[in-house]
Amino acid sequence: MRLRGLMQARTGGLLALALVIAVLPLALPNNFYYQVAVLVGLNAIVCVGLNLLIGYAGQISLGHAGFFGLGAYASAVLTAKFGWPAPLALVAGATGVALLAFVLARPILRLKGHYLAMATLGMGIIISIVINQEIPLTGGPDGMPVPGFALFGLRLTGDRTWYWIVGGLLLLSVWLSLNLIESPVGRAFRALHGSEVAAETVGIDTARFKVLAFVVSAVFAAVAGSAFAHFAGFVTPVEAQFLRSIEFVTMVVFGGMASVFGAVVGAAVLTALPQILTAFHDYEMIALGVVLIGTMILMPRGMLPSLAALTRRWMR
Amino acid sequence: MSSQFVQFLIAGINAGAIYALIALGFAIIYNASHVINFAQGEFVMLGGMMTVFLLALGMPLPIAVLLAIAATAVAGMVLEKLAIEPARGASVVTLIIITIGASILLRGLVQVAMGRNFHRVPPFTGDDPIPVLGAALLPQNLWVCGVTVLAVLALRWFFTRTMWGKAILATSHNRLAAELVGINVRLVMLVSFGLSGALGALAGVLIAPITLTHANVGIMLGLKGFCAAILGGLGNFPGAVAGGLVLGLAEAMAAGYLSSQYKDAVAFVLILAVLFFLPGGLMGRGSTERV
Repeated sequence: MRLRGLMQARTGGLLALALVIAVLPLALPNNFYYQVAVLVGLNAIVCVGLNLLIGYAGQISLGHAGFFGLGAYASAVLTAKFGWPAPLALVAGATGVALLAFVLARPILRLKGHYLAMATLGMGIIISIVINQEIPLTGGPDGMPVPGFALFGLRLTGDRTWYWIVGGLLLLSVWLSLNLIESPVGRAFRALHGSEVAAETVGIDTARFKVLAFVVSAVFAAVAGSAFAHFAGFVTPVEAQFLRSIEFVTMVVFGGMASVFGAVVGAAVLTALPQILTAFHDYEMIALGVVLIGTMILMPRGMLPSLAALTRRWMR
Repeated sequence: MSSQFVQFLIAGINAGAIYALIALGFAIIYNASHVINFAQGEFVMLGGMMTVFLLALGMPLPIAVLLAIAATAVAGMVLEKLAIEPARGASVVTLIIITIGASILLRGLVQVAMGRNFHRVPPFTGDDPIPVLGAALLPQNLWVCGVTVLAVLALRWFFTRTMWGKAILATSHNRLAAELVGINVRLVMLVSFGLSGALGALAGVLIAPITLTHANVGIMLGLKGFCAAILGGLGNFPGAVAGGLVLGLAEAMAAGYLSSQYKDAVAFVLILAVLFFLPGGLMGRGSTERV
């Protein structure tokens, strides 16, 4: 019985992820690989949140890099220009993004399909243009340096330290979203994805749940953005730009919608892939385009669910 | 009218015509397949860049332009055949990612073939500005507006007077019914993507002498064309043209009188306002009028 409990996606998956995070450093030969691993972790945090919105609540967002960028720049500006302590800046950034997402959520999530895609896309682009243009505050297209993260006088520096911090944050975000999905809220989410009308007829306040998914995913993105700013020590508007939003959505869909670990796998593959492909230099974009089209045609449900179905067939 | 206002008007109509052409491309593909083609902007880029490429081979300008448009139409059809048709029946998000993948692929191919530099296409008929009410009108501006008007009229004719156009419209209204009356729906899809590619390339060729062209020129142009298509009501042809013009004018006036820094944000602020207050676009949802 215990063993079967462990095999459940919720606990078993979380343990497996913890194990991977704990063991992975043995396979990381130098700091460069640690950096890639940290970036994978940060993208995975955004994707786990975004997956709640796309995979479970069934709402697309093409603007989440805006929230990531706002988190990053909140930390950067508040610590560098106003001398705030880093943890306070992170909380302020996350709170600000939560408020913004909450205010925008009602009018935006009333829209459907392509109109929703357009609205979220527009929101993200406006945020990135503001970051680009408010040069006195953000440094504009050149970006700005970010001071290190100090917690109770302890400065967090070095790629290895950040590896463990981001690993912990990732576990926390996976744990939070797994709990959310297994709760009545999560069941409401899935009902929403299945059919909004049906969900409403059984008494689910669909609007409230969509807003919740939107706000939670925005906060995940903002926190990841803050962590990224301190880890990288420098932020540029590239972090908030449209193509970044697309990357996030792609990672979620690539890994497998409505699968928390799929989102993590998607983030890992698509973050690491360009790093590997730098060997091919100019052909990087071509390869990325082909991989995206190919995966979506051959495995429309995403990598992890398709592979899981395949292994299940093999086991039989 | 102050000469400044006239100048902004010229800039607005010029940009508006380009957005209208791109928006029409979105509308055609959306009607035929319910796909939002995020690679539409890359058709615009391909039009300009292929003209540059063919000119470098020593071709005369008119032939280079026509060949570039034809080649982009073929690229649109290849995209449909290789990426959209195999994914028939996939979800909206999946199709969006496929077209985004295609746009990354096209940008990557052009960057490998031609680098990341800016390129210039010579204006079709000289670049001596014509003075109009104290403002300067470029001959190329006339080309942009004239060709756009012709293209819109030609499309109108195509969709109302030809068997092919009617087949596309029938497919967009009801795919199954269209198949039942013997329309080759797969061919309709192919033609729609080709037509859309040609329109995008036309926009790219027309604008390249004014704004220069490069491998990434399609990203912003594509997104603004998408704005224009939504502004006019997705899939509505007159709406797409009106949306493009409104967007171009609003952008030019805002850049002139309010803030040139936030020029690129105008389209998106406008579209958010419209979506929040008129969720069906300017021309309204469910409008049965289709050209």
